[in-house]
Amino acid sequence: MAEPLLRVEKLVRRFGGIIATDNVSLDVAAGELHAIIGPNGAGKTTLISQLTGHLEPHSGSVSLGGRDITYLPAYRRCALGLARSFQITSLLLDFTAADNVALAAQAHAGTSFRFFARARKEKGLRDAAHAALDRVGLLHRADVLVSRLSHGERRQIELAVALASKPKLLLLDEPMAGLGVTESQRMVQLLQELRKEVSIVLVEHDMPAVFALADRISVLVYGRVIASGDPAAIRANEDVKRAYLGEAHVVTHHV
Amino acid sequence: MKSFTVAKAVTALMLAGLVLLPLYSQASGNIFILTLFTRIVILALAAASLNLIMGFGGMMSFGHAAYLGIGGYAVGMLAQEGVGSGFIQFPVALAASAIYALVIGALSLRTRGVYFIMITLAFAQMAYYVASGLARYGGDDGLTVYKRSDFSGLVNLSNRTQFYYLCLACLFAVIFLIWRIVNSRFGLVVQGLRSNEQRMQAIGFPAKRYQLVCFVISGTMCGLAGALLANNTDFVSPAVMYWTRSGDLMVMVILGGMGTLFGPVMGAVVFLLLEEFLSQLTEYWALIMGPLLLLIVLFGRGGIMGLLGRLNRG
Repeated sequence: MAEPLLRVEKLVRRFGGIIATDNVSLDVAAGELHAIIGPNGAGKTTLISQLTGHLEPHSGSVSLGGRDITYLPAYRRCALGLARSFQITSLLLDFTAADNVALAAQAHAGTSFRFFARARKEKGLRDAAHAALDRVGLLHRADVLVSRLSHGERRQIELAVALASKPKLLLLDEPMAGLGVTESQRMVQLLQELRKEVSIVLVEHDMPAVFALADRISVLVYGRVIASGDPAAIRANEDVKRAYLGEAHVVTHHV
Repeated sequence: MKSFTVAKAVTALMLAGLVLLPLYSQASGNIFILTLFTRIVILALAAASLNLIMGFGGMMSFGHAAYLGIGGYAVGMLAQEGVGSGFIQFPVALAASAIYALVIGALSLRTRGVYFIMITLAFAQMAYYVASGLARYGGDDGLTVYKRSDFSGLVNLSNRTQFYYLCLACLFAVIFLIWRIVNSRFGLVVQGLRSNEQRMQAIGFPAKRYQLVCFVISGTMCGLAGALLANNTDFVSPAVMYWTRSGDLMVMVILGGMGTLFGPVMGAVVFLLLEEFLSQLTEYWALIMGPLLLLIVLFGRGGIMGLLGRLNRG
């Protein structure tokens, strides 16, 4: 296999006595949609935060396209083609949808130390923003303040923001969180489209969505990868059933 | 966007008033009002510069009066040393303010929230005590500026009307600059950082750099106000840097409307006029001023500009 787009090797992160990321190794090939699943508290968000640069690992390494990025700050990784969406929607609420997306485009289109020309009149940035909004089906909401958008719409804007930076790798932290059934379906459809263009690491609780979308799945339990493989292999894996799917099963029955 | 609003009408009225004021002063022979408004215009400039970091940038600097002192002392000290040319005094005042802002900003921006407020306050108080210790330049008693900055015939700062218009032109120029800055790429980044720093980092903006540059621009603008203020009073003393003056500037910004272009000007006009007339009524004018400000802040979220904005919607 060629050099993977993202390679994570022996990553370790502790919080006090708790090992949140325990020797995690995984890689994501170019064009792949790699899902990371695991029960609550398995350390999924901790792992993502180390990939995006919001947390530093205690040991191990992360490389993107062959380049070591383990200790690069978040904004530098972003310049290298890594984009993320947040588990809890994190947008500029007092800006319009188009402004939110245009800023992401701006971050990747030359210097932002320009003090005089009006940024909202820059056609290139506006076009990029509108294209990304169109991609997620929200072009008609471009000029609405994000604080006035619904939760589902904000989830889609998160995605548009990530897309506008034209990333090589998209890290999606629970894009389906808090969405209704129809909204979830639309999101799955959207991801189905996007995966043709960009490699994706998907952290998600919505099992049907994960199994429908993923090329490969890694299962994280107590900070460790207990299994990694294609959806069929994961479904058949006894450890996974015991550690995770079984538990999820129980939970769904209770609900 | 071109539609009529109450806020726009009031703003236009206020600006027209500021422009026409010297005519009124001349016609009525009321010289005092021109002197008063020169001070108001200068402090409005200072408030507008504070608004750039506070309103648009979300950086609550509680030490902005330091720049008034630095700009003022640059003029006063140079004048005392025999350098009377405004073409030297003003650039030095701006440069000194910029350098101070760069150092203070680089240190203060490591902190957030209350700590940022406290550290900017602490630095301004340090500047205050340093100025008090400048024995050669009057120390505690301050420094008299015997001759106003000399712009070799271009403008005569000793002529009340000319000086007023110079100050007003500086104010308008600074507001124009702020307007361009907040709508530029840079300005959107700074406002984005105010709104959600984590998000801005995640899309690829290193926060500190942008905030620091904004801090320096703001400080430099306020240094200009300081240089003008020293010329206005023919005097500069450590008192202009005292923390209560920084507080006054903050009140002007909040009163007028944070993050609006003309709010700080409105805030400065209202604040200083109130101060002037209430202090004529009673020695205890602060007892009236305090609750009044409280009411406006409590019920007029967004300050006067916010209030006017709501009038429009009925």
